[in-house]
Amino acid sequence: MLAHLDPVLLSRMQFAFIIAFHILFPSFTIGLASWLAVLQWRWLRTGNPVYGDVYHMWIKIFAVVFGMGVVSGVVMSFQFGTNWAAFADRAGNILGPLLGYEVLTAFFLEASFLGVMLFGKNRVGPKTYFAANIIVALGTLLSAFWILAANSWMQTPRGYTIAANGLIYPADWKQIIFNPSFPFRFVHMVTAAYLTTAFVAGGVGAWYLLQSRHTRQARIMFGMAMIMAIFVSPLQLLFGDAHGRNTFEYQPEKVAAMEGLWETQRGAPSILFGWPDQKDEVTKYAIEIPKLSSLILTHKLDGMVRGLKEWPKEDRPPVPLVFFAFRAMVVLGVLMILTGLTALVLFFRKHLFDTRWFLRWCVAMSPAGFLAVLAGWCISETGRQPWVIEGIMRTSQAVSPVKGFSVALSFCAFVLTYGVVFGAGVHYIVKLIKKGPEAPGEIYGSHGLSQPPLITDPASKKD
Amino acid sequence: MSQIPLIWYCLLILALFLYVLLDGFDLGVGILFPFAPSDESRDLMMNSIAPFWDGNETWLVLSGGGLLAAFPLAYAILMPAFYMPVILMLLGLIFRGVAFEFRFKAVRARRVWDYAFHFGSVLAAFMQGMILGSYVGGVQVAGRSFAGGPFDWVSAYSFMTGVALIFGYALLGSTWLVMKTEALTQNWARKCASYVLAYVALFLVIVSISVPTMNSAIRQLWFSFPDFFYLLPMPLASAVLIVSIWRQLGRGAQISPFLMSLGVFLLGYIGWGISLWPWLVPFAVTFRQAAAAPSSQAFLLAGTLFVLPLILAYVAYCYYVFRGKVSQGGYY
Repeated sequence: MLAHLDPVLLSRMQFAFIIAFHILFPSFTIGLASWLAVLQWRWLRTGNPVYGDVYHMWIKIFAVVFGMGVVSGVVMSFQFGTNWAAFADRAGNILGPLLGYEVLTAFFLEASFLGVMLFGKNRVGPKTYFAANIIVALGTLLSAFWILAANSWMQTPRGYTIAANGLIYPADWKQIIFNPSFPFRFVHMVTAAYLTTAFVAGGVGAWYLLQSRHTRQARIMFGMAMIMAIFVSPLQLLFGDAHGRNTFEYQPEKVAAMEGLWETQRGAPSILFGWPDQKDEVTKYAIEIPKLSSLILTHKLDGMVRGLKEWPKEDRPPVPLVFFAFRAMVVLGVLMILTGLTALVLFFRKHLFDTRWFLRWCVAMSPAGFLAVLAGWCISETGRQPWVIEGIMRTSQAVSPVKGFSVALSFCAFVLTYGVVFGAGVHYIVKLIKKGPEAPGEIYGSHGLSQPPLITDPASKKD
Repeated sequence: MSQIPLIWYCLLILALFLYVLLDGFDLGVGILFPFAPSDESRDLMMNSIAPFWDGNETWLVLSGGGLLAAFPLAYAILMPAFYMPVILMLLGLIFRGVAFEFRFKAVRARRVWDYAFHFGSVLAAFMQGMILGSYVGGVQVAGRSFAGGPFDWVSAYSFMTGVALIFGYALLGSTWLVMKTEALTQNWARKCASYVLAYVALFLVIVSISVPTMNSAIRQLWFSFPDFFYLLPMPLASAVLIVSIWRQLGRGAQISPFLMSLGVFLLGYIGWGISLWPWLVPFAVTFRQAAAAPSSQAFLLAGTLFVLPLILAYVAYCYYVFRGKVSQGGYY
């Protein structure tokens, strides 16, 4: 029985599991590191201790999330060798230096100054402490830069040559790093990380407001999160649209799978919902809006959109997964924008902080960012299949010469370990949230401020 | 012949060595963890390494990433060859890594994370030692990939090197604690260090004798005239260092035992490196054969030569920020 275990399928499952778990942590820490820097900056500028309370609460959560991100990230860096050795051998000349630069320019920076940020408060001056926070935030962004450059190169490879023995050699590093999909993927992902953090912070703030606990700290969390929802979630729609049109240009089969479109046509409809059937090559029970796909993708009503039948069957991605993940991502994005719009209306009616149904809605929206990130990566990675490097190397050729049962064992071990460890992590984060900010700041009046110094209040805009 | 592969070989050896030294002492603290005299001691032990462990582990990521970048062929052969021990090491590192945060947040489950920290550290150290032991024995290669079985890494010899590395890390950990703690914890750490030191000496002797017997090329290197006399100072220096650690511990010295333990590791590491030169996948692929495309090596080297001194500088700064004896509390 053991001989029948397929190392390719198992390695794919293991990789998907590990990377899906891992991406949750950076999605949160990229945003959290920057938000903590903003909180600290407000705190230093205004001297208002409420910012300090919020900072101290969230840095504890940051520490837990960052720790989990580090350990799951270390696993990632070995996966390419343990499970995808043939891929590492063929593409190592290109991907190795990119990942190497990530470690050198980002990982060390984050890891070293994280120590100062978490434990150094009483050992360095306030300016150095603030600088450590900024450096950690920059480190997370640099890390995203290199990792997304590597991933984007696998999606839209440029600047390489292939030798007679199949090995891939670099020809132009600028083209490799700034490959066609990289800028779009980078902006889309970093924005997604910021929104993820915003919706978590907003949900927590809303939860406190519903219970009338930690009200002043909660108003900061909720208020700042709503600023992000109002201004950044519509931007994300634009970034996502630009990224989609970029994919349409360079990976049209991925877009065809996202749209569930089988026939090449002018004036292609947009399928709102349906059931893509890979075997029958048709999307069943489709509810369509005529010409919308062409309009979005080509900005013309009768633009040409290529359908999946243009590609041989063995070159098509698993359509249902890509199709449904895309719909999930879009729905979540639209809900985020609606949340922002509602917040804007409530703000002008001066009921942003006390509309109970809206607060409940924001609590429910707190995992929205994580789900959208997972859905987005599902489109990106599954949509690239059957290729590991688009058009160059198939996933089935990339696997290590390891036995299926070794991978089955390791996969089980990872599922168990991640279940226990990250389950516990979530438990401790929830505990920290339930506890809330510890030392409540003094009354705002004692700091010479006439009003609660909130971001959304006109009073705080003076400084 | 381009010298860039040689530079990368040296850089990689340096990165791995820094990993062994730096994560060595914090893994060592984890190995000694349950034997500490009190819960308060355990808090102190944890706090003495909490600001550093993440940075220390980054040297492992650099070693792995550097191997992929500079010698992708070696990376593609070695990782599948050591599939199970690498995964087990990673699982160990996960359990110990999260314990840093979790144990301070937990109330009832605190014991659980104490043991997760301990067993995670032991598992990671043991697997690293086993990988080392079977690596010296050579790796089966066909064409451009690993050709052995999934359990090639298990042998009585690799088991021994696994245990040896646990004791080696425990020596680094205990002398680190002698340097960073006071009173009760320090006395206990000092006792641990002298106890562990005896085992380290024993294992060093076993390894020094056994490695040359495993391979004729290594035997020739160590036991041929006049190389024997050039290399003789190394085992002698190790012996001198071990005796002086013993005496310094007896005298109540605080810093020198740790520094000298680093010296013991350095000598052992150099001896190991000399024995395996110029193999990157022992007895199958040399570092020159495994080298990445010249453009890849050069591209990363340009940045490394600029960034690495910077990294060393700010890592040193972070150690400087947390200098002196570790105190209770001071948590963020």
